[in-house]
Amino acid sequence: MADKVLTANRLTDGIAVWLDASGAWNEALQSALVARHTEAVAALEEIGKRDFSANLVVDVNVVDVEEVNGLIRPLRLRERIRAAGPTMDYAPGYKPADPAFIAA
Amino acid sequence: MYRYDEFDHAFVSSRVEQFRDQVARRLSGELAEDAFKPLRLMNGVYLQLHAYMLRVAIPYGTLNSRQMRMLAHIARKYDRGYGHFTTRQNIQYNWPKLSDTPDILSELASVEMHALQTSGNCIRNVTADHFAGAAADEVADPRPYAEILRQWSSVHPEFSFLPRKFKIAVTGAERDRAAIQVHDIGLHLKKNDKGEIGFAVYVGGGQGRTPMIAKKIRDFLPEQDLLSYTTAILRVYNLHGRRDNKYKARIKILVHETGTEELARQVEAEFAHLQGAELKLPEADIEAISTYFAPPALVARPEGWAQLAGAKKADASFAQWVHQNVEPHKHPDYGMVTISLKPIGGVPGDATDVQMDAVADIAEQYALDEIRITHEQNIVLPHVALADLEAVYKVLVAQGLATANAGLITDMIVCPGLDYCALANARSIPVAQAISQRFGSAERQAEIGELKIKISGCINACGHHHVGHIGLLGVEKKGAELYQITLGGSADEHTSIGEIIGRGFEPEKVTDAVEKIVDTYLGLRLSKDETFLQAYRRVGPQPFKDALYGEAAQAA
Repeated sequence: MADKVLTANRLTDGIAVWLDASGAWNEALQSALVARHTEAVAALEEIGKRDFSANLVVDVNVVDVEEVNGLIRPLRLRERIRAAGPTMDYAPGYKPADPAFIAA
Repeated sequence: MYRYDEFDHAFVSSRVEQFRDQVARRLSGELAEDAFKPLRLMNGVYLQLHAYMLRVAIPYGTLNSRQMRMLAHIARKYDRGYGHFTTRQNIQYNWPKLSDTPDILSELASVEMHALQTSGNCIRNVTADHFAGAAADEVADPRPYAEILRQWSSVHPEFSFLPRKFKIAVTGAERDRAAIQVHDIGLHLKKNDKGEIGFAVYVGGGQGRTPMIAKKIRDFLPEQDLLSYTTAILRVYNLHGRRDNKYKARIKILVHETGTEELARQVEAEFAHLQGAELKLPEADIEAISTYFAPPALVARPEGWAQLAGAKKADASFAQWVHQNVEPHKHPDYGMVTISLKPIGGVPGDATDVQMDAVADIAEQYALDEIRITHEQNIVLPHVALADLEAVYKVLVAQGLATANAGLITDMIVCPGLDYCALANARSIPVAQAISQRFGSAERQAEIGELKIKISGCINACGHHHVGHIGLLGVEKKGAELYQITLGGSADEHTSIGEIIGRGFEPEKVTDAVEKIVDTYLGLRLSKDETFLQAYRRVGPQPFKDALYGEAAQAA
């Protein structure tokens, strides 16, 4: 089983967030709580349902990740872009995603 | 342009207040997501990869400087300082907070704008030729009819929950600049032998996973029957459209499965019930709406001819920009200016708040306060005196808006792709940027001539890849991006769907593949006057397959 993290978009502003170890929704993927076994994944899913019902987040999903040199890295490109932002310069004052993180 | 009357103001304002209440109830938890989602979509609010996205309607792509300034203001105050112009001539903001959206809609309403019907299974923003009212080849201005359709279709109770979304486009010239044959309904405004105005009616065009070219079901529909006939089409579709399968729910599938002849028969039968009744457009109403779109009083500016000739002689870059981005206006002292939103290596269709303000300033000072958004994701100033072109150009240069590439290989339609879109499978923008940089030199682009590349990041085809002379479709294969190439597509009056040329290319190889295709074209064209599309239609896919795949293609 691949390691997993719980992700969603915050209801109020839609920003992508990940569940961290303190049970809070955090804008940084690297703060996410990583589930490494089935029971832990089930617990994540329960928290996701709870916080969706509590109108804190929407579009809740468990996604596959791996840990490389201490960094959490989603297996799917889509989730890497979700975590790191658009991959090109898109607005003054905002940095594009790190190409090394995005790379397959 | 059209101005809201009291009813319009009251209607849009009431919708803003309704949505404000709905958002408040959603944020308080009174409304659950399942109940709220269709409500936010009806107001143009999507949830994308990184954040919410708000799509604002720009009816038939026409706006004035006050409205453009408001779009800039919203980008600055509520977003990250930019907006993205779309193929439905709308604008999208990529980072608005849900909690801000009622205020954004309220600000939009103050300049007679809204986000209604920019999502959902309803009649979407009616698009039109971006040169409407200015083009020398125009039979009549399509915008009054687009406006009539907008008014008729806005919260139309019968057509707010169609089997699927529904897109209408109108053109007023023989040369189709509105891609009408890839729309659910395409209307070609024309005159009959008696000089009367009417429409050729096309139905069942579309892109997505099943691209179809629309079928002409009426050669001439009198203008007073526009709403009766459109209603008849919508009724047949609403009744028989495939609600059982989302992927077969567009009218193009109904037309295909029913057969054009039978579909036309059903439409005519329904039309027979409606014709001449309450939906008949009174001449006075058409005239009243047309008054809003009366051509501006253009004063003669014959001094512009000599001025322009002198300025072009003195500045080669300016001359190139005029050659590529300015087209003849129906008034000989004026031109239609395309402001390219495709800077070399930039993000196609994006404009910053500062750029939007600059366009508004130019429009006010030099272009009779008229601005258009094109379905090819550029901006047009439809009425600029030749005498003012140099001044306009200088401001555009200062704002990074003077790229002289309208209609050339770097002027691509590109969807947001996986950099923003929750539905995408692959990125579109970085691929476009790499191609733009590869072909960025003015000389090389001029040598290649007219060539339209269109890029989609998934099969939904928002980047119109099916009708690109060269189309690129991004897919996900074994977890990685791959780009399938189609050739020979076109969205003009001779619309065609591109043919898949062979196996796809990895992101790092796709620019080389495009270059091989272009080099192959340059090697086989009969003369510089033979465009890529003409050459492709003459020789077919084989030379391009050979160039891309060599022996393997010959074996296949």
